[in-house]
Amino acid sequence: MISPGEYFVEGDLAAAYGAIKAGCLFFAGYPITPASEITQAMAELLPRVGGKFLQMEDEIASISAIIGASWAGLKSMTATSGPGFSLMQENIGYAAMTETPIVIIDVQRAGPAIGQASRPAQGDIMQSRFGSHGDYETIVLSPNSVQEMFDLTIKAFNLAETYRVPVIVLSDAEVGHMMERLIVPENVEIVNRRIAKSLQETTIYDESLVSPMGRFGDGLELMITGSTHRPDGTRDTGTPEVQESLVKRLVNKIEKNRERIENWEEMYTDDADILVISHGASSRPSKGAVIRARKEGIKAGFLRPKVLWPSPEKRMKELESNVKKVILPEMSLRGYKMEVERIFRGKLLHMPKVGGVVPTVEEILKKIREASL
Amino acid sequence: MITSRYIKENYVRRLPSAFCPGCGDGQILNAIIRAIDHLKIDRKDVAAVSGIGCSAWIPSPYLRVDSLHTTHGRPIAFATGLKVANPRLKVIVVSGDGDATGIGGNHLLHAARSNVGITVIMVNNGLYAMTGGQVAPTTPHEAKTTTTPYGNPAFSLDVSRVVAAAGASYVARWTTWHMNQLIRSIEKAIMKKGFSFIEVLSQCPTYEGRMLNMDHIQMLEWFKNKFREDADGIYKIGEFVDIEKPELTEELEKMIERVKK
Repeated sequence: MISPGEYFVEGDLAAAYGAIKAGCLFFAGYPITPASEITQAMAELLPRVGGKFLQMEDEIASISAIIGASWAGLKSMTATSGPGFSLMQENIGYAAMTETPIVIIDVQRAGPAIGQASRPAQGDIMQSRFGSHGDYETIVLSPNSVQEMFDLTIKAFNLAETYRVPVIVLSDAEVGHMMERLIVPENVEIVNRRIAKSLQETTIYDESLVSPMGRFGDGLELMITGSTHRPDGTRDTGTPEVQESLVKRLVNKIEKNRERIENWEEMYTDDADILVISHGASSRPSKGAVIRARKEGIKAGFLRPKVLWPSPEKRMKELESNVKKVILPEMSLRGYKMEVERIFRGKLLHMPKVGGVVPTVEEILKKIREASL
Repeated sequence: MITSRYIKENYVRRLPSAFCPGCGDGQILNAIIRAIDHLKIDRKDVAAVSGIGCSAWIPSPYLRVDSLHTTHGRPIAFATGLKVANPRLKVIVVSGDGDATGIGGNHLLHAARSNVGITVIMVNNGLYAMTGGQVAPTTPHEAKTTTTPYGNPAFSLDVSRVVAAAGASYVARWTTWHMNQLIRSIEKAIMKKGFSFIEVLSQCPTYEGRMLNMDHIQMLEWFKNKFREDADGIYKIGEFVDIEKPELTEELEKMIERVKK
């Protein structure tokens, strides 16, 4: 299944290939543009590897079902876009609270509300981190090519299994629907969760603040709840220390491991005066513009977070003292702006483009030239 | 003979419970335990799923099996994923009337339609009790609740009939007065291949009783006198559906075998 070799496929299909390669055995979803192709591909591929596919009655049911399936021990995923992603927020918090590994692919489209259903946008970045109520952390990945739809979906499963968190692959309609070469390698690194053999084991956290996960049907008498609970699952909503230690650990297991999770691509940053930061679809013309600017003798550099949350905070802080200006081309009025502005402050020239279209190399190059004057 | 000590030692995580004095939830916990015990199913093969509300606490924390205490209205959707992922499990959802038919009504309909082999025990006390006695989809017309202080202007849902129409394999309605029938019914529901649904009218002395000016004994007597197999509408109890038809997880397994060839 998904044999090694070269393919020419669209991004959504590559994500489905990645999921199958990662060992996903359960998918529940609901049709939505521009993510339906992932759902359709999973419907076709999963039975062939002995996996289960369900089309549910809505997106709330879809994320509920994949959390249930994850507790039965299966790697589980759903795929959606803005409106469906909004509906899933409560249970993303539930997955974080119960430390359930799941993967959610959000193929972003232009919002708010129904917006432009088939046009790309990057407006879900803050939602992907803060969309559910209360304090929690997720991991959010940002593919910018068909290859990365494959690679980062696999990585999403590995991270979900390692840290027992919901992991979001934040794609967009451009990357999801584009067709490019995909190379499926011979060997793919796959991480499987540590399965607890006793209830006691589920209460012992390693240095990453993660404990082995129980599995329904193994006789552990698991008590899983979205209410505040002690390490053994016992609900305890009245003791301040229980809430404090639980929520701090949920946040710290990402914070403490962030240097292992952070991932980015960079180019020409050593001597850059002007740093272009971009992610997802808009990072493609951004990189092209930086290469063109260099040819014109402008000292431009390029930074692309492949993991948006946790952000490459330390690297950005290192670069902050050397660069004079930072340009952030993205398909949203807000997008990643707050995170970049937090570090580069007055040096940031935000370059939002809304309308459901990707900024062009020319547009970004023009901005770089202006910044270099 | 099942003694209370036997039940506590084998099936209950801890007591005393947090239920109000006179609440029907303890009786329903008792009925579920007796059904599992009669069937001699290994506890590790049973999974309980619940949402939010008083009745969600029947399995979590009290029933000593793997339990998933989920978000409000969604236990049936979580249970569907769990069952499909591991068909060996006997998955029992315990849900209130607000949880199952208000916020979660969509999931109930579709679980019945797809005939997924889980059991839903819906505890119906006619209002939202945990949040303070507000009107529910099951509250009778003109009944007073904390959010219908002048009487309910809307009308109630006959849930069992809706679930039967949606395609469930087994549907029954009992009250907490009809304990023996309820236990036998839960046994049948657990062993039923397809989607099984049991509605249990249960007393909430704290909110429902206050509004009706009845204590829990009077409410049980009301169940005894008013709810009969030959009664009409919501007062009709008994088995409404008991059929065999293809079940979702089995159909999926068959499809996988076909496709893998």
